[in-house]
Amino acid sequence: MHHTLRVLAPLFFLLLTSCASGPTSADLDKLAASIIKSSFRSEGPVGMDRLLQDDTNRECSAADVAGKPIDEKIAQAIEQANMKVMVWPSDGRFIGDWREGERIAQSGRGLTWTDDAAQANGGNCYNCHQIDKKEVSFGTIGPSLYNYGKLRGVTDPTSAAAKPIVEYTWGKIWNAKAYNACSNMPRVGHSGILTEAQVRHVVGLLLDPKSPVNE
Amino acid sequence: MTQHRVLLAALLTACATGTVWAQKSTAEGIAEYRAMLADGNPSDLFEAKGEGLWQQKRGPKNASLEQCDLGKGPGVVKGAFVELPRYFADTQRVQDMESRLLTCMETLQGFNAAEIARTPFGRAEQVNMTALAAYVSAGSRGMKFNLPNNTVQEKTMYEVGKRIFFARSGTHDFSCASCHAEDNKRIRLQDLPNLTKNPGAGNGFGAWPAYRVSNGQMWGMQLRLNDCYRQQRFPYPLFGSDATIALGLYLGVNGKGGESIAPAIKR
Repeated sequence: MHHTLRVLAPLFFLLLTSCASGPTSADLDKLAASIIKSSFRSEGPVGMDRLLQDDTNRECSAADVAGKPIDEKIAQAIEQANMKVMVWPSDGRFIGDWREGERIAQSGRGLTWTDDAAQANGGNCYNCHQIDKKEVSFGTIGPSLYNYGKLRGVTDPTSAAAKPIVEYTWGKIWNAKAYNACSNMPRVGHSGILTEAQVRHVVGLLLDPKSPVNE
Repeated sequence: MTQHRVLLAALLTACATGTVWAQKSTAEGIAEYRAMLADGNPSDLFEAKGEGLWQQKRGPKNASLEQCDLGKGPGVVKGAFVELPRYFADTQRVQDMESRLLTCMETLQGFNAAEIARTPFGRAEQVNMTALAAYVSAGSRGMKFNLPNNTVQEKTMYEVGKRIFFARSGTHDFSCASCHAEDNKRIRLQDLPNLTKNPGAGNGFGAWPAYRVSNGQMWGMQLRLNDCYRQQRFPYPLFGSDATIALGLYLGVNGKGGESIAPAIKR
């Protein structure tokens, strides 16, 4: 802790002396970044690289701190950049096994410092979304996904008519920030939370007419 | 300063997503359960243990903590918790309750603060730390949060805490705000307090330390924040680190006027 103090003392000194009227927002951003860097350590499989922000997270965090919606042009640039790195299913198959999808949606495990990195990650879906109506323990940070496919008129997910919805659903799960720059939703495929095969199963859960989601 | 033109938004933040929590624990159920246990809150036991530790001569210097200055003068426990974190001139740091207790354990009793900070929660002197935190927080039971937040250092740390609260990163792009910046949201069935304002901030910040029924453990705010960061998929926050203190200050100031019910009982 004394080490931390030594590291930060010059920064504080700078803030106190150079800014009689108080530190600027940029000064505070810099100080916060420095404090964050000295306040964590790696643990098991979770490295300090988790603290690094890409442009998306940096811009969205700044907008949150300002308490304003992100600038429209910046939002567009973020969405385009994320769309550019979108990965579509390698074999063209979007729809997996909805039963597997349900298991993945139920699981919140993976990528914390107490998780066994050798086991499959979960999608955390029910933490924020209603999905199958039988599961009453669901979160409300995201919208309800009950009847997701039915409400969108998907009767045959392999048909040409369903293609735009099928692709959007894949894309939204793989990288939500390609559609909504500062979405609360993790970039599930892009960030390596779920594999391509797992994402396919979750898309099946949402769009397969036989899935309980669409009953 | 050109370097300042680059957006250096704070990386990180506090509390996040989660695990699957007990399905039966609706808000009503918890409130009912808490009421049932109100007369036998196990945190009372930790509070009593903490009081004993406060008075007991311990450590290499064989001294008690009765001269510890928690911000209201040496030995004053009553009302200290609801004014923390705050700036301390002797350490030239903003400190929360636990980091301040650590300072007293070092200066008065001769313990090695860095060594205790490195000790895992629930072991050795960290067990005593939790009991002491329960005792000190109980000295403000029923009082309202009123952090001074009037020095440059405190105001600066508030702004830093705000940046840390909103800092998104990691595999899931989470920040504390992902879960705690809106009213009436849930993870599974668990209600999430909006920590950016009252009543959420006062209720959330004012309930720790707390005894957690789900795992039978007493948790201080440092461990509460640590577990938030774990679920946020962030690296491990150092005990008493400036990021955790800045966050505590941000929450405590946002919770101004809220009532402290610590040491509380939680799901």
